[in-house]
Amino acid sequence: MYSRGKEKTWKFFVMFCGLLMIALPIAIGVFLAIKGNALFYHYHHTLWEFLFTTTWKLKDDLTGGGQGGAAVFIVGSLIVCGLALLIAVPFSLAAAIFMTEIAPKTGNRILRPAVEIFVGIPSVVYGWIGMTVLVPALQSLFHLKTGRSVLAGGIVLAIMIFPSITTVAADAIRAVPVSARMAAYGLGATRWQVIHQIVMPAAKTSVLTGVILGLARAFGEALAVAMVIGKTPAFPKGIFGQTATMTTVIASRMAELMEGSEAKAGLWTIAFVLYLISLLFIFLIHLIAAKGAKKES
Amino acid sequence: MSENSKFTARNLNLYYGDFHALKNINFEIEANKITALIGPSGCGKSTFLKTLNRMNDFVEGCKIEGDVLLDGKDIYKTDMSAIELRQRVGMVFQQPNPFPKSIYENVAYGPRIRGIKKKSELDEIVETSLREVGIWDEFKDRLHKSALGLSGGQQQRLCIARTVAVHPEVVLMDEPTSALDPISTMKIEDLAVEMKKKYTIVIVTHNMQQANRISDTTAFFLLGELIETGATKDLFLNPKNKKTEEYITGRFG
Repeated sequence: MYSRGKEKTWKFFVMFCGLLMIALPIAIGVFLAIKGNALFYHYHHTLWEFLFTTTWKLKDDLTGGGQGGAAVFIVGSLIVCGLALLIAVPFSLAAAIFMTEIAPKTGNRILRPAVEIFVGIPSVVYGWIGMTVLVPALQSLFHLKTGRSVLAGGIVLAIMIFPSITTVAADAIRAVPVSARMAAYGLGATRWQVIHQIVMPAAKTSVLTGVILGLARAFGEALAVAMVIGKTPAFPKGIFGQTATMTTVIASRMAELMEGSEAKAGLWTIAFVLYLISLLFIFLIHLIAAKGAKKES
Repeated sequence: MSENSKFTARNLNLYYGDFHALKNINFEIEANKITALIGPSGCGKSTFLKTLNRMNDFVEGCKIEGDVLLDGKDIYKTDMSAIELRQRVGMVFQQPNPFPKSIYENVAYGPRIRGIKKKSELDEIVETSLREVGIWDEFKDRLHKSALGLSGGQQQRLCIARTVAVHPEVVLMDEPTSALDPISTMKIEDLAVEMKKKYTIVIVTHNMQQANRISDTTAFFLLGELIETGATKDLFLNPKNKKTEEYITGRFG
């Protein structure tokens, strides 16, 4: 039965949940900004030092005076994620094209669920398998002292982001109207021409969104990368070298450091940078979507 | 087979899985004429049209028996590929379907996939094609604007320009005006009449006045069978078959 009271309660509940969704990320951002700023305001490091120097030797006490250069971690993250994209994107696009254009039936019945299973596997499992299978394999294949390397991190991340990029790309390709394909076939285009001249350009905007989502996931992944990358706080010597990333340094050190110490403040600053990067990715996705919409009208 | 025939269908049967969609069709389509295919929905007229450039290849479970000859050569049994065939037999669809590209790129697409790369050559093809369908003056100042910003009628004429840009011998039109307003429809009809000097035109239409206005030959399909075919004037004035008469007088549809 209709009741005004019930109606109001529901409205309040739904509105509360909606507002919480907005408030929570903002609150996290503010919290990170405050925590992260301690490195600069309380311990008097400069932004320049943090971004462009490479010695990360902060003291785990309240007096401070250590060195807080995070360039290694920032560059480490960029390299590992870039490498992951480089490996994942071609495979993802090929898989997406295969499951939509070449074999849509098998694609829908087998490939799609298979790719979805990928998404659900926890990152610790990826990391563990990477550690026990991939790392020794790289070691013996390339005669290395250890297989823990940027390459191992890139491969593990590539496998992790492959399903998200593939799923988004496949949806984007499916969304390209059949009429556009038929128009091209009607002009005597081959299947390959239709895919790469008509379908992919039309799906480009959404595919790019998928790539950025994958990149965002790669940037945020700590555990699996930490298990295979070697965690050496120095620039890697090539793709077989070891390094550390922003997430791996946080994951490996956060438990042992004292709250309020200079070293802990440094980790918070890195966390804040990660937050800003994720904001940047979201901004990029919306920018691309808006540009795509403008182009179509 | 008569001297002037472009397409010849002999004992053509088409199945979609178990469904017998075209039943023993024997039909000749004359060159440089407009042939209209009429009949109620689901009668097989569009299906027949699509057998002429093998667009049925994309329909799952589609099986074809019998012969379809283009200039005396069987298009399903010779070594002519569907790609080559569609370069000779172009198609205009029911819904205008320009590519999400510029006007220029839409028209240049066909020549490009045939390997024409030189800009001056493409420029010329784009201009002559747009002139041919009478939209050059309308479009010449916005060649590089998106084709999706055009009205439905303009889009459809652009699609026709895109089709003629590859110099086909035949242009198939699948209810090309059913999504358009009366003025755009009239322009397309005038265009079709103009085009038959150069091309053989086969048009599927729901609109009997349209068939009557522009076609030379009309074929009436019903439930997968070709009931009657003849010169348009004769067929509309003196239909031989009772079903044809009932259909063109609007007793069913």
